[in-house]
Amino acid sequence: MSVLKTENVIMQFGGVVAVNDLNLDIQKGELAALIGPNGAGKTTAFNVITGVYTPTSGTVHFSPTDKSGSVKEVDISGKRPDKITALGIARTFQNIRLFSDLSVLENVMIATHLNIDYSFLSAMLRMPKARKGERLAKEKCEFLLERMGLIDLKAEKASSLPYGQQRHLEIARALATDPQLLLLDEPAAGMNPQETDELTDLIFKLKTDFDLTIFMIEHHMDLVMEISDHIYVLDFGCTIAHGTPDEIQNDQKVIEAYLGVDDDVEN
Amino acid sequence: MKNTQNSLGTYLKTHWKTVVFLIVVLIGIGIADQMVNSFVRRLLNLSAIYTIVALSMNLINGFTGQFSLGQAGFMAIGAYTVAIFTVPVGLRATIFYMAPMAPFLANIQLPFVVALLLGGVLTTIVAFLIGAPCLRLRGDYLAIATLGFSEIIRIVFTNTQTITNGALGIKSIPTISSLWWTFGTAIIIIIACFLLISSSYGRAFKSIREDEIAAEAMGVGLFKTKMTSFLISAFFTGIGGGLYAALLGTVDPKQFYFTLTYNFVLIIVLGGMGSISGTIISSFIVTLGQEALRFLDEPMAFGLDLPIFKPGLRMVVFSFLLMVVVLFYRKGLMGTNELTWDFIGQKYQSIKARFTKKAASTQGGDK
Repeated sequence: MSVLKTENVIMQFGGVVAVNDLNLDIQKGELAALIGPNGAGKTTAFNVITGVYTPTSGTVHFSPTDKSGSVKEVDISGKRPDKITALGIARTFQNIRLFSDLSVLENVMIATHLNIDYSFLSAMLRMPKARKGERLAKEKCEFLLERMGLIDLKAEKASSLPYGQQRHLEIARALATDPQLLLLDEPAAGMNPQETDELTDLIFKLKTDFDLTIFMIEHHMDLVMEISDHIYVLDFGCTIAHGTPDEIQNDQKVIEAYLGVDDDVEN
Repeated sequence: MKNTQNSLGTYLKTHWKTVVFLIVVLIGIGIADQMVNSFVRRLLNLSAIYTIVALSMNLINGFTGQFSLGQAGFMAIGAYTVAIFTVPVGLRATIFYMAPMAPFLANIQLPFVVALLLGGVLTTIVAFLIGAPCLRLRGDYLAIATLGFSEIIRIVFTNTQTITNGALGIKSIPTISSLWWTFGTAIIIIIACFLLISSSYGRAFKSIREDEIAAEAMGVGLFKTKMTSFLISAFFTGIGGGLYAALLGTVDPKQFYFTLTYNFVLIIVLGGMGSISGTIISSFIVTLGQEALRFLDEPMAFGLDLPIFKPGLRMVVFSFLLMVVVLFYRKGLMGTNELTWDFIGQKYQSIKARFTKKAASTQGGDK
């Protein structure tokens, strides 16, 4: 069953076509990866999916499962980012975007704001409902921090964390929005091989524990090949290939995209 | 019932210092209310009103990161509402002697509290009309629009003679002299702001200040959240304006030049953008300081007849102070910290450590 489906998505900035004919079909419960040389439009594709940009043409469909278990397909192209997040798509950022001046716990708790069921008046008067909501949000976020190994740092400023832990915090924050589809934009960027291995395990565990569908952009090929169920390859904004890791490794177009072009080589 | 008593008990146990502090403050106000002369009373009242307005400005500027410069205009709406609705009906003919008051208002007189709240509500409605287009945009449009609004409202009030008595202003507003009105309102608003900021809404405000794109990606609706903050801020400012009118006993459009807004900019920058306690402290420092430095405006300061001591020099001091803060001490008095017991404890420890270190090193040097 498909969770995210994009059809012929084109994203143009003036004369620049950043994404040209993006076709994705991500199945529920799988771990899909988006790869491609630098400037291929991967992050733009993420921005289109999460509503940061409205696509010039084409459609993006998301099929969240609601509490009763029924699936409803929604057209999310052009919706506001916060609405899309509320539907169940969460993301991390390539260049970390934490709320740097706030504490680790606060960073995660902000992501629970979309689920609050009390008004600001109730918050100003500290009504029982607001207190209960606050307590539940705190418990949930502490659980997530524990899960990501950050619980001891919860009172620290987000900007004071080392780089790798900031990436973990971004994932914890994304999880606090109760996502069904998690988009990870280069989660292993700047990590050494050992950290990358740990991250691989973590992503895998999170996927099963939180019943997630994961879609990630990544350059570490060994990580991608090891854990992905499906890989989409993007070059000059087009999806030039998709398939299992084995299929991708032997795809002539992909090899050309990575090796055959002179000034656009990755790695 | 038992449950609430229990939670009250635990609350007292964990926050007893705060409760004691509050009681001390209340007793302090009570004593001051009996003891002080009218000059000091006026100053304290003004400080409390400035605290209210500066705090509400900090809510949108410091906590939410949206630069609004409409404080004077919002105060004007609150002030005029109180003025129009509380002036005794019998006196209105003598006040509105140029042009009689509009018939639909002429016979309405409301109790002070009702007029005050009505002022807050009207201010909120006007703020909604300004915010609806501006807060959808990114950037400094809000600052430009609110600044413009602030001037427009002043000119409107100058020209709506049958409602606001135009440039003549409205006199004989029943005044408040007790400290309880201003300090009571200020304490309620401080507590409400503090609870709001420490709730999920406050975190959402701060997330917008820190990074709009990330906030939106985490499900914080930018427009709705900014609007919430802006409207709460406007409501409190309207209340502050209403108290201002009732304190002075007279309103006229000239009181609400946008230079009034700069007072509040000065206060929140000095106290720390994003700190409630910083705003309170700096409101008192600035308001009292403006009086204490009045000698600088007199030509014979320090017994010398120096040409620089002219009316307005004390404002130069504040401008200079603001420049120093912006250049060297950008975070202001408190930064984004709050003056909590933990914070005081930490500061005390660090100062103590510094002194013991110094003492130890000098002793070592002596021997």
